[in-house]
Amino acid sequence: MAKFKRDKNERVLSIRDLNISFKTNFGTVRAIRGVRLDLFQGETIAIVGESGSGKSVTVKTMMGILDSNGMIDSGSIMYKCKDKDGVEHEYDLVKMSQKDIRYKLCGKHIAMVFQDPMTSLDPTMQIGKQIMEPILEHEEVSKKEAADRALQLLDEVGISEPAKTFRQYPHELSGGMRQRVVIAIAMACDPDILICDEPTTALDVTIQAKILEKIKEIQLKKNISVIYITHDLGVVAKVADYVAVMYAGRIVEKGNINEVFYDPRHPYTWGLLSSMPDVDTDSDRLFAIPGTPPNLMEEIKGDAFAPRNPYALKIDYREEPPMYDVGGQHRVASWLCDPNAPKVELPEELKVRIAKMKKEAGVQ
Amino acid sequence: MSENRKPLLHVENLKQYFRISRKQVTKAVDGISFDIYEGETYGLVGESGSGKSTTGRSIIRLYEPTDGKIIFNGHDISGKLTKEDEQYLRMNMAMIFQDPMACLNPRKKVKEIIAEGLEIHKLCKSQEEIDAKVNDVLDRVGLSREQATRFPHQFSGGQRQRVGIARALVMNPKLVIADECISALDVSIQAQVVNLMKDIQDDMGTTYLFIAHDLSMVKYISDRIGVMHLGHIVETGTTDEIFANPIHPYTISLLSAIPHPNPIVEKKRVAISYNKDEEGVDYNAGHEHSFSETHKVLATDEEIERWTNR
Repeated sequence: MAKFKRDKNERVLSIRDLNISFKTNFGTVRAIRGVRLDLFQGETIAIVGESGSGKSVTVKTMMGILDSNGMIDSGSIMYKCKDKDGVEHEYDLVKMSQKDIRYKLCGKHIAMVFQDPMTSLDPTMQIGKQIMEPILEHEEVSKKEAADRALQLLDEVGISEPAKTFRQYPHELSGGMRQRVVIAIAMACDPDILICDEPTTALDVTIQAKILEKIKEIQLKKNISVIYITHDLGVVAKVADYVAVMYAGRIVEKGNINEVFYDPRHPYTWGLLSSMPDVDTDSDRLFAIPGTPPNLMEEIKGDAFAPRNPYALKIDYREEPPMYDVGGQHRVASWLCDPNAPKVELPEELKVRIAKMKKEAGVQ
Repeated sequence: MSENRKPLLHVENLKQYFRISRKQVTKAVDGISFDIYEGETYGLVGESGSGKSTTGRSIIRLYEPTDGKIIFNGHDISGKLTKEDEQYLRMNMAMIFQDPMACLNPRKKVKEIIAEGLEIHKLCKSQEEIDAKVNDVLDRVGLSREQATRFPHQFSGGQRQRVGIARALVMNPKLVIADECISALDVSIQAQVVNLMKDIQDDMGTTYLFIAHDLSMVKYISDRIGVMHLGHIVETGTTDEIFANPIHPYTISLLSAIPHPNPIVEKKRVAISYNKDEEGVDYNAGHEHSFSETHKVLATDEEIERWTNR
């Protein structure tokens, strides 16, 4: 695959200083704390992090499906698109009401594939009808045309007998087939952005590989942008051009996929990469990041990762690190990247692993 | 390593059929045989619907096996159970389930959940003895004693799974069946739980039947692996044999489906797919071929020749 070049393409989405909090009975949870992210046309970005790190909340805001106790405190999400006549529009998704987003953008411009294909399909409705629904809703076409489009979509997502599947119900299909149907529904109105929220977590590895290859194929054909949300770094390596690692509501490291995987700078990314089981090593103990993620209900002082970080400096407990530019598109929020910081070496095991990965890939 | 040891669990020609209607029968497990030796970890892998979970549930007798023999440490636990055998089975075999929220009673405190087995089997004479045992097992799984009076919903996913492990361990079982016990957890927490299970094995000599679909995790914990597909064990061997020299095309496709965290290599790689019908494989016609004392493949003679020559 040709390497994706950011500067050659147009920016479709830009998130700036986004802050989101949730009001609960026990207090306010600051789920997103100053997220800044760009998405370009035709690009695939992956947002990685543990559960509760705020990755799902970020994309839910784009879709206008934030839970009712969620509050956008500040920030903007600018989204650029062209309508049918080629007139360019720019929307600030933060300022739009949820209803407006749902009517103007969802499905038509931004579509989403959810984690569990059983709960995101209507069990009482035939597959074909479910795919036709968004087409009939958003476009002025006859039922016949919509049905033809649905059949074609089923064929595109790799279902072998579209006409038969068209009349089936979700419970008659296997998990992999169901997820293909969900992708077909998401693609029904030719969106510009496809958001995949853990699209393969509920599936097993053999089917996962096929689904990921299918999404990639569709993406190349239609030149759309894809946002993946996942905690599986293997999946990220397979699909993404650009990675953002989230921890406790902040992006701690982001950059081109090769920059982040071959030259990780943040201790949390080190931990994530080391805890991936590697098929080729003989070590019989897995590295585990000690401790648990912080409670976002309490105010976080300094770097949220500091208590779990063996490399934490004194300043990590006092002040939040800024985003450091470490060359290329690589940005890291860690005091270790400060020019005055002591030089810290990568953990030995990770160093060996990265050296081996580089050798396999043939890069220096 | 395991040749001259006595198997702790001997499964022979186990069949588990489910009758769906008068005409239709699902053969979830269709005649599988394997041994698990004392102190080892046997990993059972396969895609969803391959019958790996059913196997685990049949062994611990959550189902009535249709046919076959299960010998657990000298006790025949297949067929109709005598009272003594049932007692022995319940006290010496335990299970850890996949979803740590669904398998813990939300209305009971963690302490009560863990102590339930001890109370049912009247193993302790006094409440103090029960408390001592519960505290002991809590320490072992890395939960603090103060947390014992909390309810399951007050824990995170990883901690809940630790409660599930504590419940399984409190009876000091010989065999623990772990059914997809890490699939629902985050990557960094998965590593913590797998390491914990290994530590416990080193300390207590527990034997595990580890059921999972993620081969890369299975590699870390298992001594031997059985690959299941459509109710048959198609290949079994030590972890090294399976990973270094897989023979059955299904095993090869499973191995190739594991994504590697190496972006440049991974982007070019395409997973090898396997279709039983396209390959023309009939599991029922095959018989076991041995490649070493531990490495066995289910196939017909003609298939073996085809696969080994490629």
